[in-house]
Amino acid sequence: MTKNLTHLQRLEAEAIHIFREVAATFSNPVMLYSIGKDSSVMLHLAMKAFYPAKPPFPFLHVDSTWKFKEMIAFRDSEAQRLGFDLLVHSNQEGIEQGIGPFTHGSNTHTHIMKTVALRQALDKYGFDAAFGGARRDEEKSRAKERIFSFRNAQHSWDPKNQRPEMWKIYNTRVAKGESIRVFPISNWTELDIWQYVMQEEIPIVPLYFAARRPVVERDGMLIMRDDERMQLLPGEVLQQKMVRFRTLGCYPLTGAVESEAATLPEIVSEMLVSRTSERQGRMIDKDEAGSMEKKKREGYF
Amino acid sequence: MSKLGQIKISPAASAAEEISAYMVEQEKKSLLRFLTCGSVDDGKSTLIGRLLYDTKLIFEDQLAALTKDSRKHGTNGEDIDFALLVDGLEAEREQGITIDVAYRFFSTPKRKFIVADTPGHEQYTRNMATGASTADLAIVLVDARQGILRQTRRHSFIASLLGIRNIILAVNKIDLVDYSQDVFDKIVADYQEFASKLGFKTIQAIPLSARFGDNVIGPSANLPWYKGPALLQHLENVPLESADDARPFRFPVQFVNRPNLDFRGFSGTIASGSVAPGDEVVVAKSGKSSRVKRIVTWDGDLKSAGEGEAVTIVLDDEIEVSRGNMLVAPEARPDVADQFAANVVWFAEHALIPGRSYILRTETDQVTATITDLKYRIDINSFAQEAAKSLDLNEVGVVNISTQEPIAFDPYKSNRSTGSFILIDRLTNATVGAGMIDFALRRASNVHWQALDVDKASRAAQKDQKPAVVWFTGLSGSGKSTIANLVEKRLSSLGKHTYILDGDNVRHGLNRDLGFTEEDRVENIRRVGEVAKLMADAGLIVLVSFISPFASERRMVRELLGEGEFLEVFVDTPFEECAKRDPKGLYAKALRGEIKNFTGVDSPYEAPENPELHLKTVGRTTEELASEVEKLLVEHGIIFNYDQSSWSI
Repeated sequence: MTKNLTHLQRLEAEAIHIFREVAATFSNPVMLYSIGKDSSVMLHLAMKAFYPAKPPFPFLHVDSTWKFKEMIAFRDSEAQRLGFDLLVHSNQEGIEQGIGPFTHGSNTHTHIMKTVALRQALDKYGFDAAFGGARRDEEKSRAKERIFSFRNAQHSWDPKNQRPEMWKIYNTRVAKGESIRVFPISNWTELDIWQYVMQEEIPIVPLYFAARRPVVERDGMLIMRDDERMQLLPGEVLQQKMVRFRTLGCYPLTGAVESEAATLPEIVSEMLVSRTSERQGRMIDKDEAGSMEKKKREGYF
Repeated sequence: MSKLGQIKISPAASAAEEISAYMVEQEKKSLLRFLTCGSVDDGKSTLIGRLLYDTKLIFEDQLAALTKDSRKHGTNGEDIDFALLVDGLEAEREQGITIDVAYRFFSTPKRKFIVADTPGHEQYTRNMATGASTADLAIVLVDARQGILRQTRRHSFIASLLGIRNIILAVNKIDLVDYSQDVFDKIVADYQEFASKLGFKTIQAIPLSARFGDNVIGPSANLPWYKGPALLQHLENVPLESADDARPFRFPVQFVNRPNLDFRGFSGTIASGSVAPGDEVVVAKSGKSSRVKRIVTWDGDLKSAGEGEAVTIVLDDEIEVSRGNMLVAPEARPDVADQFAANVVWFAEHALIPGRSYILRTETDQVTATITDLKYRIDINSFAQEAAKSLDLNEVGVVNISTQEPIAFDPYKSNRSTGSFILIDRLTNATVGAGMIDFALRRASNVHWQALDVDKASRAAQKDQKPAVVWFTGLSGSGKSTIANLVEKRLSSLGKHTYILDGDNVRHGLNRDLGFTEEDRVENIRRVGEVAKLMADAGLIVLVSFISPFASERRMVRELLGEGEFLEVFVDTPFEECAKRDPKGLYAKALRGEIKNFTGVDSPYEAPENPELHLKTVGRTTEELASEVEKLLVEHGIIFNYDQSSWSI
């Protein structure tokens, strides 16, 4: 008997299909693992896609060295729990030059420690396909991107000349040096992600749940002081507040929201009444108009 | 958001229950994928922006950004320009046009929706097709002031071609024609007249104003004469095609999952039908059958699985199945063919040209393909069939395609997943076209491969030899048959199993109907090649003695056979020598003009460039030449257990 699949079952099947397609057609794929909830969902889907085998590709974390400490601890415990092949790459030149968001600003930091670092890692290992957890509901330029998104040898995206993507037939062919970014959860919304996390009981970084944390109000955002590299500016006060994060990245660039939501149902109910989108907590999108598209063209995920 | 009214938020424990109840509601919702299409400036993006805004799916920060953007790029003065919500690329906002398809998501208490907002410009038709290929319904927008335009027809046609059966004709900007019923009725009549040929199941015409919201999420007081549903109401209620149990089981194999020697599963997404452990399934290309042992998933083995599910199937037997093949229902098999007719939409700047070869990709299979015939181009305006030599960017045509290997497929009209393909440029890897298969060519498509346990290898092993086709080519009278005859005698005395296919003999029987024109010579060789292939399959060493003047036909036979099975022997005797020998008196006649199309006289002979063996015959005996052929067979492992003392060179 054929049963009509639910919305989430359809999204799950689509993502699994995409994972398998990449494993079957590329010689050296990698999954970009950024430790956030979308990455947790991606990891879970990858485990499902190849069961009883392990995913036949490594998981790469591009570490800007400014991630929350809890994220790194979570990353290592997940790698151990599921036994996947974890690669960690940081831009050594950037570290030597002391690049950081406080000293160089979010733009320079993101470019050197994330975009350039990612390009270095892709070149170093010669990956020809890289999975990312981007969703089309996140941002306007993401809504335009294909599931299999072609990158030239310089890792850049040409939004005006994307390959047509018909049905479930994906053109996975690339020449030497070129690659494809693959987004298995393109068609998921933030609500779908949370719903799936609940349904599948997928572990996520505890920072998503409200707790008392040391925060500073800066540029209209609540920044958590995760280590002593963050200096307090004149007039700034460190406060203990009940906060949580809707999205995770470099701690100096990620705004917390005041919240009491300490369980998944509470998070979802809070999300449903929210009047702001999740990317609002990210400084990187606000720097200039079209900033995400620009970063993507430069090779950012 | 609109859901606010339905759930009461409290930080207490009851939140969990309320949220679970809410989640259950969400799970029950069906999903409708639709696209908006139509001509430039008909208001597609504005309509989607309006839908998102009116269903309260625009967040405050997005609205603030939108208001800012509207002042910078907007076309509505001080008002919000909703199109800027969806036109996400900088180039799009600067130029005020849509270049590529944008996907947006919204839901109502009844349904979830994925919208593809597609571009109206003709040059971006491929992006419109991208959006349409995964949609269940199309909203065709028409500007009430403009009526039906060329792009309205083009997009309706492509939607129909891609299998979309439900249409909403949205007559937009009705406010700009004073909410006139006459204008609306005229446009609807015009549309219905041409759309009647497109096979749509439903066409719902709705007068609306995306800018002001008339008839978008609810009825409008400005349109009292309109009694039909508002847009959102119709989107929520249009019946969806549900998974059809009656369709036969199709499982394109995507990936072979083999973590260790104890597990071998075939991973893929079920394209149609359903399957359960114990069911008999057949491998489409080989015809071999087996039974489903397990349906494996991370969440445990399944008792059954149906259309759309991504699973891993384990079979009872160790039979050969690889990516690109299909597991199918034994009683209703797909076509397996290397020639078929298809509709093609062309996406590339450089035209489709018959004879050129492309990479053809189905959901999981990939083969080299050639467009053998462009039967006609379809005129977008009149839907007339026009003769054409090529298909240019954005044109649609009907073609015959020939693939190097057979593929398994269904006609597109019965299965969108197994009946579709894309064409890829071999040099640039660009996706240059999309195709929908109509039917297999040749009756042979219904003759399914009989999978036999006795195969070529076992037949050959029984004869203590390796099958091969030794192809003697050269001018008439060059000595091909004489040498082949002696080789056969010697092989036979060694206990080898052989057969000679000779040009003259075959022309008296199998190829009696063929003459000596170029077309007939090509067909002559094709038939002989196929016969030789069957004989090789029977395990024989086949000696073929044919003039076979054209290099391309000899190459065709070479490609027909397995690696190392085709040995080309060029019997090289100069024209003058052949004409002098003239054993059958043919040269004399040809030179007198009594025989037309005689090779070497008034029809060309293309000498092989890299034959496995080049025999220069002048000054050598037949015995010497035959020994060289025997040596070749030993070198290629065709004959073994061979007493070398019998060589006599």
